[in-house]
Amino acid sequence: MRTVTVVGASLAGLYAARELRAQGFDGRLVIIGDERHRPYDRPPLSKDFLAGRADEAQLALSDAEESTELDAEWHLGVRARGLDARGRTVLLDGGRTISTDGVVIATGACARRLAGDDLAGVHTLRTLDDARALRAELTRGPRRIVVIGGGFIGAETASSCAALGHDVTVVEAAALPLVPQLGPRMAAVCAALHLRGGVALVTGTGVAGLRGSGGGGTSLPAVTGVRLSDGRVLDADVVIVGIGATPNTGWLAGSTLALHDGVLCDDGCATALPQVVAVGDVARVGGTRAEHWTSATEQPRVAVRNLLAGRTVATGRSLPYFWSDQYGARIQFAGRRHDSDTVRIVEGGIEEDGPAEGGFLALYERDGRTTAVLSVDRPRPFTRVRRELARSELLVAPTARL
Amino acid sequence: MIPVCRLEDLPEGESVRVDTTPPVAVFHAEGELYAIDDTCTHQDASLSEGWLEGCLVECPLHAASFDLRTGLPTCLPARRPVRTHRVTVDDGMIHVHLAAEEGTAA
Repeated sequence: MRTVTVVGASLAGLYAARELRAQGFDGRLVIIGDERHRPYDRPPLSKDFLAGRADEAQLALSDAEESTELDAEWHLGVRARGLDARGRTVLLDGGRTISTDGVVIATGACARRLAGDDLAGVHTLRTLDDARALRAELTRGPRRIVVIGGGFIGAETASSCAALGHDVTVVEAAALPLVPQLGPRMAAVCAALHLRGGVALVTGTGVAGLRGSGGGGTSLPAVTGVRLSDGRVLDADVVIVGIGATPNTGWLAGSTLALHDGVLCDDGCATALPQVVAVGDVARVGGTRAEHWTSATEQPRVAVRNLLAGRTVATGRSLPYFWSDQYGARIQFAGRRHDSDTVRIVEGGIEEDGPAEGGFLALYERDGRTTAVLSVDRPRPFTRVRRELARSELLVAPTARL
Repeated sequence: MIPVCRLEDLPEGESVRVDTTPPVAVFHAEGELYAIDDTCTHQDASLSEGWLEGCLVECPLHAASFDLRTGLPTCLPARRPVRTHRVTVDDGMIHVHLAAEEGTAA
């Protein structure tokens, strides 16, 4: 292989570039990123960056020394527009093309929008530019903020806004936030964090639309409120839409790759074209698309190995792991939970419906086996269980999947 | 010189966080005492709550790993070292001697 093109210059793309060099690829390495920024870390955007405790320099994933070592040709602020049927030509914005022998698809996902959210004061939080815009707005004095969506981005953003002294309400369509991730019992415990943090939580109602006023000429009308599907209206100066992300596969529409909520790959991140692999949020690996930071850092090793081999010689299924910092609590979860699992608190406890002082450690169990672990502010025992789960997963034959 | 705790209160394999600014983590690993900056150089996490294996501590948040002897990261996502600090035991009391603010690994 003489040229490999990595499409996507965020976490998974950068890790893929590193792996290519680490695994001995010494040809031409092209990296394409639609944002104009060098690779940066997204998790702090909703936390320390928004709250003003971290600046942009601290988000950098790489430095000048590593850039020199990687010896890559960077195209930043350039969007990929297409991949030809054979997977040998990447078409860029403006009509330029790159001929390539291998492709790593790492185009990530973009924040889902609400219909009719084209109003001043409405934000999403996915990119550095998103975070800059929101941060600027939050420094203009106290605001009434409505966060739509009570998932991790919504909860962390609400927490950061509340810490800055704003009046915050979270709207969640489901009866409780985070039930798919944590199950109903633990979701209820984590939902209590909102109330402790002084944030109102409205659940069980969707959003019917946004209200705006003013505008005209070149300026957009400004958002004034959120209309809920139960008829209520929440007044708002700022609305943050945190309703999930959609994988960036639109540019692949003209390719021969199978797309279905992500780029379909085998267990080794390989697509039907052996010289095209996919990693990170955009990749549906062995039937699962994980929007997890850790997956984006672990998949490139296997993907690059298979890319350079020209076929799938390695597979990897890492234990799902995610964390969230909200209202001063650190939530960590690892494993594969099922709805029928029982939950047992083995350390610490629950007080007034939320985590007790000092947090807790909870195990999800089925047939006497631990399937997953949840911790609030108990990182050490959490790591122990997470490592045990990862080890036992390795012992399970790949064909014996549940 | 900052008193930490009594030696018998920090058994082998254990660690303790000292609330200095910035905070320091003291480890009892492989029969020795080590002190490093407590905050991971990648992102805000306390290394005193990390996973200890030999002389390496793994960050509890993103699994960056540091060598307690040198402060150097041994794997990503950390790219910068943590500072190391000298540790002494006087009359059974553990003390940390903070590296000068401008110093590197001491």
